[in-house]
Amino acid sequence: MIRAGLYSTVQDRGRYGLQHLGVVPCGPMDPVAFELANALVGNREGEAAIEITLLGPEIEFGVTALVALCGAQFDATLAGQALPLNRPVLVEKGAILKGGQALVGSRAYLAVAGGIATVPVLGSRSTYVPAGFGGHEGRLLRAGDSLAMIDGVASLSLKRYEKLGGKKSLSDLRSVGWSSPALTLPEREPIVIHAIEGRHHAQFDAAARRAFFDATWKVTPDSNRMGFRLAGPVLARSEAIEILSEPACLGTVQVPANGMPIALMADRQTTGGYPKIAEIAAADVPRMAQLAPGGQVQFARCTLEQAGELRRVLRERLDAAQRALAWMAGT
Amino acid sequence: MYAEFGDTLDLELNRSLHALAAAIRARAVPWIQDVVPAMCGIALYFDPFHPQLPGSVLEFCRGLLEECFKSASKFEDSGRSVEVPVCYDVEFGLDLTEVSQKTSIQIEEIAKRHVKTQHWVLMVGFSPGQPYIGGLDAKLAVPRRATPRTRMPMGSVAIANAQTVVYPYETPGGWSIIGRTPLTVFDPGRNPASLFAPGDRVRFVPISRTEFDKLA
Repeated sequence: MIRAGLYSTVQDRGRYGLQHLGVVPCGPMDPVAFELANALVGNREGEAAIEITLLGPEIEFGVTALVALCGAQFDATLAGQALPLNRPVLVEKGAILKGGQALVGSRAYLAVAGGIATVPVLGSRSTYVPAGFGGHEGRLLRAGDSLAMIDGVASLSLKRYEKLGGKKSLSDLRSVGWSSPALTLPEREPIVIHAIEGRHHAQFDAAARRAFFDATWKVTPDSNRMGFRLAGPVLARSEAIEILSEPACLGTVQVPANGMPIALMADRQTTGGYPKIAEIAAADVPRMAQLAPGGQVQFARCTLEQAGELRRVLRERLDAAQRALAWMAGT
Repeated sequence: MYAEFGDTLDLELNRSLHALAAAIRARAVPWIQDVVPAMCGIALYFDPFHPQLPGSVLEFCRGLLEECFKSASKFEDSGRSVEVPVCYDVEFGLDLTEVSQKTSIQIEEIAKRHVKTQHWVLMVGFSPGQPYIGGLDAKLAVPRRATPRTRMPMGSVAIANAQTVVYPYETPGGWSIIGRTPLTVFDPGRNPASLFAPGDRVRFVPISRTEFDKLA
């Protein structure tokens, strides 16, 4: 790593089975872009990749490797030329990949053939920065770091690249003439995110219940992998009943005493004592994750059944994309 | 999916939830990623994109809970008992004076009362390994502090309402600190990583400053 970028971490599918011990799964903020990145380099689902945020890292490759940068649209370069996004690209040993900055969306995944091979902690390679474990030494990547890749990554990469039947026509870079679709990039803002009413929705006063689904919310700069803080109308409760701490979930929108909602994201706490006004539909969490600070969002009320339908549709689109990529990759 | 069985703290209910969680885990449903017994309810976390997800997750979970509720043995003591050495010196118990004022109980008496009662882990959550422990002497039940601290030192033993928390990491918090344990609450490299698990009995043991340094 020559430069680490703004907030670059190693993430795999996530650390499951330990939430009853307070261990949050972590994992990619945008699991859809993450899985597409893996599929592009011929990896199985869930292999560890680098999640980059807003400002990309600058990486010198010590070995030849097949990589793909997928998710937010970064003006990334490889050896000084524009890096084709959402495609497998063969990076020569010694070449420098510069992540650039996010032009559309905020997070992208740099996957490498075979996956990033840091030592798993409690069954996962995902970095959990608040407690300092997982990923690369339990922390954000920084300049000077040398990231572990699997043994034989060069030969695996060349083998997979040959199968792709790559062409050179785009530039001098070794890539292909097709790309994966971007399924989660934010369309025109404010983006519309589906949410069901939360457990404590009825405790909020009428103005707050209306405002939540009517207002346009702005993601504040102190938002991070733990949660997106949303600026908009102050949401008041009819009565301030103390809530016993209870489990929280990815996409839970909780409202602390100050009336400013927080949407819980990948590194959220496992339990909390703030009232929950809404739960974001699982299918829309990856799109939410692509919002940058200052990004705008509106919540559309939906039912549990509709949220389930959105989830099935997204799974089908991801399946179709993965099948197409596997076919192109000749696997 | 969260199923709530009450909205006030009930030790019997809480203990039966640990048995229920064990029964659900034993079913090994492939798309259920986590089963979390909480204070008055149980949360089932599922993989929203798992290919084997049933048409209605809610209906499936309802059925699963009903079946497991029948088959779950009445709470049996796991036999696990965690002994937690705590130094209750004012140097560590940053809020001892405040708690003493609020409860009109002498500082020395606070520690005595804290170690005397039988405690249980009601839930582990918020951050890795952080236990919510029930069984606090009713006289020590102070509300959360009006202004939370921005830093609760690692290992701090703090009380609020009817519970005790031990902080595995330095985090912000609004509970009143009465002491500190030299034990490492959560260590991902240790087996088991978490000192506390839901349902464990807990015994607090008072130690001196010298003993604290020896154990730290």
